Amino acid sequence: MTLDLSLLPDGGLQWLIGNGEHAGIVLSSRIRLARNLAGFAFPTRAREGERLRVLHQVKATAARLPSLRNAAFVRVDECSRLERQVLHERHLVSRELVGLDRNNEAPAAAGVLVTGDAGVMVNEEDHLRVQVFRSGFDVLGALRQAEVMDMELGAALPYAAHSEFGFLTACPTNTGTGLRASVLIHLPGLVLTQEIGKVLQGLQHMGLTYRGLYGEGSDVLGNLFQISNQTTLGRSEEDLADQLVRVVRRVIEREEEARGVLSRDAGYIIEDKLWRAYGILRHARNLPAEEAMNLLSGLRLAAGMNLVSGLSVYTLNKLLIFSQSAHLSHTAGRMLTDGEANLARARYVRQILAHEARLPD
Amino acid sequence: MVCDTCRERDAVVHLTQIVEAVVSQVHLCEQCAAARGIETTVSTAPKHPLGDFLQAVQQQAAQMPGDAARCSYCGTSLRDFRASGRLGCAQCYGAFEQSLRELLRRVHGSTRHEGWRHEANDPDVVAREATLEALRTRLSRAIEGEAFEEAAALRDQIRGLE
Repeated sequence: MTLDLSLLPDGGLQWLIGNGEHAGIVLSSRIRLARNLAGFAFPTRAREGERLRVLHQVKATAARLPSLRNAAFVRVDECSRLERQVLHERHLVSRELVGLDRNNEAPAAAGVLVTGDAGVMVNEEDHLRVQVFRSGFDVLGALRQAEVMDMELGAALPYAAHSEFGFLTACPTNTGTGLRASVLIHLPGLVLTQEIGKVLQGLQHMGLTYRGLYGEGSDVLGNLFQISNQTTLGRSEEDLADQLVRVVRRVIEREEEARGVLSRDAGYIIEDKLWRAYGILRHARNLPAEEAMNLLSGLRLAAGMNLVSGLSVYTLNKLLIFSQSAHLSHTAGRMLTDGEANLARARYVRQILAHEARLPD
Repeated sequence: MVCDTCRERDAVVHLTQIVEAVVSQVHLCEQCAAARGIETTVSTAPKHPLGDFLQAVQQQAAQMPGDAARCSYCGTSLRDFRASGRLGCAQCYGAFEQSLRELLRRVHGSTRHEGWRHEANDPDVVAREATLEALRTRLSRAIEGEAFEEAAALRDQIRGLE
């Protein structure tokens, strides 16, 4: 199967637009709901035939639902390794679904439905992982959208549920609501003022947790954190999302305070950091992924502090996703080595900044 | 085999000692082994977010019969769950209800779902859907086999349920 990315509605990346509330700090808000179908073993235990039946049933059902009728359907296990990595870099599928955690071998009958701002992973750890992505800080909007999808799916498919425990999932950490509400948030101010440790520790007292850019087990790169609820049972979806919103609002305030302190006490240092970052990104010929992430974080901070105009959140978001190795390889039409990807990354970033950044001298 | 030290309890720890090239076997009960500072609880819980909880379940399960009990639907045992951190199917929740209730309480602080419910998740609705599916299959077979009288009866039954 050749994956034609142009067939994915908005590339599955509508959230890159960067127009939501606090979009300078919160890149995206996401909702994920874990669901299983009654009468089938959970995907990791199910035989291939069972997984296929689940996949076909979900696909056929989705075609009848208003929220998923126009979704593109991708058989992940029939994609090449590179194509699967591209989907993963776009956050459309998890490490598990593309098989990055098992020698790059995708599990059988793995699929994903993709709309511009939502989708459904099929046969991941659970039969269904309903997901919604919103630009900026809009957790409750994402939750409402996920609820509509879930109501439609739940009315058409026999979800596995328990009168006391709620929705049943393969891992008991997701049982109940199956909800993970999260924000992808950029916190360089708190990192630079060394307040981040306290903030992250505080999250855990509030029933929240944090991860890196690509979720569970991924490193924190470029000062990007994913903050989400930790528990899923005993509170309603709205309560869990509200709690996240309340705490993240406070984290945003702390980040803004930190940025205020930085610009007051170290304005010229920050400005210098920005221009150095811009200088390297604009002119380097060899750009390793991690360095690019950190420099882009500098640019994002400068844009967020209004130190520069002419650099949109959209451009920054696009650079974040499209400068990653699988995307560069996909554009090149072949798997690039790390060294080749570093050259291609430098070229791509230079090109985008030349066209889209209107920075004063 | 009784414990070499107390000569009362069953020996559960078997040590091979090598002292000055002399190999000897020592058999100890759990208490006497612990008294000698020998770690008797072997941690098999894998390192993942549930590690501590699973270990707690493991300790609890070790004292309970039925550790090897399996879910009759998918064949997953409590031991499998401890190793992988994943349940095999929805019926596992019924098969291991006691252990899971304790686990859910420790992980989430509650076992009672307070969130959305869907009409289709009502056990009656699910059962009705399953019956309808079976009747529809029989109906198409009846039609293929030109058993029109049976088909008419089945059609009425389906309409009634719908």
